[in-house]
Amino acid sequence: MRGLFYVLTALAVMGLAFWAYQENYKTQSAIAEVRSLHGEIGAAHERLSMLRAEWAYLNRPDRLADLADLNFDRLGLLPLMPDAFGAVDQIIYPLPPILPITNPIELSFDQLSQMENDL
Amino acid sequence: MSRAPLRPLAHILKARARGENPDAIEAENRARRHEAMADKQRQRAEGRLLVLGLAFFCAFGLIGMRMGALASSVPEEPRASAVGNPIIGQRSDIVDRNGRILATNLQTHSLYAHPRDMIDPANAAKGLAEIFPELDEAELLKDFEGDRRFLWIRRQISPEQMQAVHDIGSPGLLFGPREMRLYPNGPIAAHILGGASYGREGVASAEVIGVAGVERQFDGFLRDPANEGAPLQLSLDLTVQAAAEQVLAGGMSIMNAKGATSVLMDVHTGEIISMVSLPDFDPNNRPRVQTTGDQSDSPLFNRAVQGVYELGSVFKIFTTAQAMELGLVNPDTLIDTQGPLTWGRFRIRDFRNYGPELSTTDVIVKSSNIGTARIAMQIGAERQRAFLGALGFLEPTPLEMVEAPTGKPLLPPNWSEISTMTISYGHGLSSSPVHLAAGYASLLNGGTRVEPTLLRRDAVEVGPRVVSEAVSARSREMLRQVVVRGTASFGEVPGYEVGGKTGTADKPRAAGGGYYEDKVISTFATVFPANDPQYVLIVTLDEPSENSGDEPRRTAGWTAVPVAAEMIRRTAPLLGLRPQVDTPQQVGVTLTSN
Repeated sequence: MRGLFYVLTALAVMGLAFWAYQENYKTQSAIAEVRSLHGEIGAAHERLSMLRAEWAYLNRPDRLADLADLNFDRLGLLPLMPDAFGAVDQIIYPLPPILPITNPIELSFDQLSQMENDL
Repeated sequence: MSRAPLRPLAHILKARARGENPDAIEAENRARRHEAMADKQRQRAEGRLLVLGLAFFCAFGLIGMRMGALASSVPEEPRASAVGNPIIGQRSDIVDRNGRILATNLQTHSLYAHPRDMIDPANAAKGLAEIFPELDEAELLKDFEGDRRFLWIRRQISPEQMQAVHDIGSPGLLFGPREMRLYPNGPIAAHILGGASYGREGVASAEVIGVAGVERQFDGFLRDPANEGAPLQLSLDLTVQAAAEQVLAGGMSIMNAKGATSVLMDVHTGEIISMVSLPDFDPNNRPRVQTTGDQSDSPLFNRAVQGVYELGSVFKIFTTAQAMELGLVNPDTLIDTQGPLTWGRFRIRDFRNYGPELSTTDVIVKSSNIGTARIAMQIGAERQRAFLGALGFLEPTPLEMVEAPTGKPLLPPNWSEISTMTISYGHGLSSSPVHLAAGYASLLNGGTRVEPTLLRRDAVEVGPRVVSEAVSARSREMLRQVVVRGTASFGEVPGYEVGGKTGTADKPRAAGGGYYEDKVISTFATVFPANDPQYVLIVTLDEPSENSGDEPRRTAGWTAVPVAAEMIRRTAPLLGLRPQVDTPQQVGVTLTSN
């Protein structure tokens, strides 16, 4: 009986040791993964800031003004002036939508060609 | 195991036959057995000692190896958990009020050399001199062949240059990562941003520190990792700033001015939407501080903040506003303008004779020095000083720039009656254009004090009252009349009801002793729209001269006013201000009432 107890205890210790060992390794690998993800995030941030800087550089007002001048023939862009504002009543009313045809007039093909000839 | 008997019968019998003592045999056998047992035990003990020795050897060996490994490897904290955010750039961005980038970082590389590791220093020096034309080959070679072990070659290099240096192939040329401050818009808002340079430098990284402007003022904020890369948002509007710089640069060249500055401020919040000082510079390549001559001639000099000038007649509106607030005059009160006005040995004259008397409105409209001085005499020195103090003219502006405290107004040492009279029309007190903008904004926004700021403010905090709402409205009406029928007739911008006051002040001689005859500071201070004030614009030209006529014209009405009008025309639509159009009576609609 005592022998069995010793054997079981030894087995339990071994099992627990195995479990702890495995957990330790899992933790280590998770930390390593987090670290590599952080590295990736850092690289992405760096790329993002580079792209933002490039975007800002390409959109600098001087360059946009030069481009607007270069492409004046095509785009006709001018500096925004007060006359660019309009009043609401300068906008035409939207055209009323075409109503669905509720009473269609039947035209046979012959009649249609007849009408066309008349015209 | 069979044991050998101690008294073997055969031997005993033989011994007895020979008459010997058989006990001797037993003793001998016992001794032999003991010897064998001792031998065996010794062997076992030796074996155990060996195993124990091996175990100790292994243990000590393991500990020794671990210690050796720890000693020779890079120290590292044991990590039980992953830490927060990875580093997001060293220094935060600076953005304008709409989030457009004004300053950001760029990852580049620095180039340094370990001359000891070089195989062919001559070739390396030659190659470097070809890539970087500003480096001197002979000097490089001298450094490489000397006994230096470390040498910076370039603080930052472009990827193309890095590749070219790689192609030299010298093992002694090394690269380190380096963060660089980039101002993508070039000289736009250069004076406000200031610039950055490197602090402590190492091979692996370098500290970027601000050297001027908001970069220096907010250095701590921009470098604080606790912000996690949150940008610094300014009150500037990049588009408006660019348009203002363009207009001002054009105006400066047409008016043959030496320098120019403009400040556009939100009347209610004190946010500076655009602030220009010309000539300017590129903060990516900040020029060195001038060591000789007048600092105000350097492009680094921020005229809007650091430049304190006697701004001239633009101050008159403060005098009349205070007099109206005190109940001394109303817009129609007639003021004696018979000239010249003598006080001691001083004589105050007008630009031309405006007759014996003018109404208060006309004193402003025609810009009569004599009229204003007479009103100031009624106000008195004490009250004038207190009023200008309430508008912020007595101390440097609280603008968030390191340069702001240097823009300290120059006050008369003794605020006498004659000082009161000259200050009433803007002479004898020097202040910066930002002071003037804040003063106009405080006076004209309905009469509450605003503090100029460069940071975006969302919540409007109403400041202490300076003048009553009615006086503010009457002052705006007077300024409107200046544009409609006074000295600033070129300032009319259809749809924006510009109101403003011109100011032309002779420049004081640098050496002291009077004023220049032909050098002026001309200023136009405006508020628009006058019936619903939104923005205040100050335009100041330094030594302008408009030469289209027979003789050069230097008054603000001919120089600063047209520039300011053009600036309003360009910037007001960008600020989203609709022009106010007189809507014609709608045809066919008759208003009736019972």
